Amino acid sequence: MTCLPAATDRKLGLVIDLDTCVGCHACVIACKGWNTQYHGAPLSDMDPYGPRPEGTFLNRIHSYEALPDDGGAAQMVHFPKSCLHCDNAPCVTVCPTGASYKRAEDGIVLVDEDACIGCNLCAWACPYGARELDRASGVMKKCTLCIDRIYNENLPQEDRVPACVRTCPAGARHFGDLADPDSAVSRLVAERGGFDLMAELDTAPVNKYLPPRRKDRLENAAPPLTPIASGGGLAGWLDRMLGGG
Amino acid sequence: MHAAPSIIIFTVLSGAGFGLLVFLGMRGDPPQGLVAFVLFAIAYGLAVSGLVASVFHLANPQRAWRAFSQWRTSWLSREGWVSVAALLVMAPHAAWLVFFGQPLPVLGWIGAALALGVLFATSMIYAQLATVPRWNTALTPAYFVTCGLACGALLAGQAGPSLALLALLGAVQLLCWWRGDRRLAARGHDLASATGLGFLGRLRLFEPPHTGSNFLLHEFVHQVGRRHRPKLRAIAFAALCPVPLVLVGLWPATAGFALAFLSCMLGCFVSRWLFFAEAEHVVGLYYDAIRGPAR
Repeated sequence: MTCLPAATDRKLGLVIDLDTCVGCHACVIACKGWNTQYHGAPLSDMDPYGPRPEGTFLNRIHSYEALPDDGGAAQMVHFPKSCLHCDNAPCVTVCPTGASYKRAEDGIVLVDEDACIGCNLCAWACPYGARELDRASGVMKKCTLCIDRIYNENLPQEDRVPACVRTCPAGARHFGDLADPDSAVSRLVAERGGFDLMAELDTAPVNKYLPPRRKDRLENAAPPLTPIASGGGLAGWLDRMLGGG
Repeated sequence: MHAAPSIIIFTVLSGAGFGLLVFLGMRGDPPQGLVAFVLFAIAYGLAVSGLVASVFHLANPQRAWRAFSQWRTSWLSREGWVSVAALLVMAPHAAWLVFFGQPLPVLGWIGAALALGVLFATSMIYAQLATVPRWNTALTPAYFVTCGLACGALLAGQAGPSLALLALLGAVQLLCWWRGDRRLAARGHDLASATGLGFLGRLRLFEPPHTGSNFLLHEFVHQVGRRHRPKLRAIAFAALCPVPLVLVGLWPATAGFALAFLSCMLGCFVSRWLFFAEAEHVVGLYYDAIRGPAR
């Protein structure tokens, strides 16, 4: 059903720490690997060994450069982006077939691939570019928060988190219930000032982003060393003759 | 946005077909016999061929029947229901006119209202998208409804409504372009609001996620030859408004209406291509491919 639930019991989601992310793309690879082999249609690649390879990804990392207005040093921010499992998900309500839905029990936004007609309208409605039509299967693919891991009792406890979270070597990705104010992720958001992407569109994303610190500035740096001996050769001789140095 | 030919054909042909059904349902002195047969055949032909074209846009068209299930939230689903209802309700009215020379005015009026509803529902599929600021205005329904009604009035051969609707269409089209070109900046989205990183300073995309292309870039960040935009707009406007106005004004006979209709259709196709090709999706902000307000 494409009616959004009035409220969800839990709000499972990710908190992504932009201060910690090193831009290694391990989460992209872990996501692609897991989601190609388990739940749903695989994430296909087109022309993978040819001149124009491209493929379906549920998680992509942009890298932005920020130039401070006060003339400080430029700063790089690596910016992972996947489905934000919005409370007010516009991708769900536009779906004509009921393939797109948001679960009342945990807030996860999913696609029923057997009902998807591949009309693309949900991808048009998503401001974040979180949905991609898989060209091989013709169905819409998106982050499932690894529903086949987080509830999987065949996996050891530490593996029952999304593949991207499990693999992140920097600890920049956190998974938990954002409806519970005492959960580790909710405390992180409160302490670090977690924010929403494009809040002006009223999508009410569940996933939050933690802001990066501003880069340090060189304040008490030693002045550049002055040369203590003038150079040799013709230039040094000229320098001495002209009274420099 | 990517301008898919199937969607352009669908919206233009169906628009004209349902526009004609509006006039065939509403007229107090509807055509009868052979004339009615030809007109209803044109209307049903255009409407149905447009709907069929829309199915080619689907990646899994064999499941298209499922699109009727979500009418409570989805404009695409509502459009499916209203088009089927309009075609069914109008059928007895058409049959009585063709075979018995008698209208069924109540069905005609209901059918006309439903056909008008189809034009509106089609427009709302685009107007509802907050992610495409250019479309997300009341002008989008105005544009789709006037396009369909103007084409329908020309096909129905009704001089008065044709002249009024063509003039209105010209005005609506100019207003769409005028407002549309300023809409993205007026909404205030930019790379800073998209990423929440504006507090760090001036932002630019240093590295895209992959060096290759992807679905999002094909679908939303499609760059069209902006060089030709002024020419295409001039062609679209001329073919939509002044040319058919003059033709109908000076030559209000079947041939004049036919030529005016062909011109109006040409204008609709060019204008509809621009409608998609010029539209900026906010996901382009993440790729630094579209610019919000200047910082």
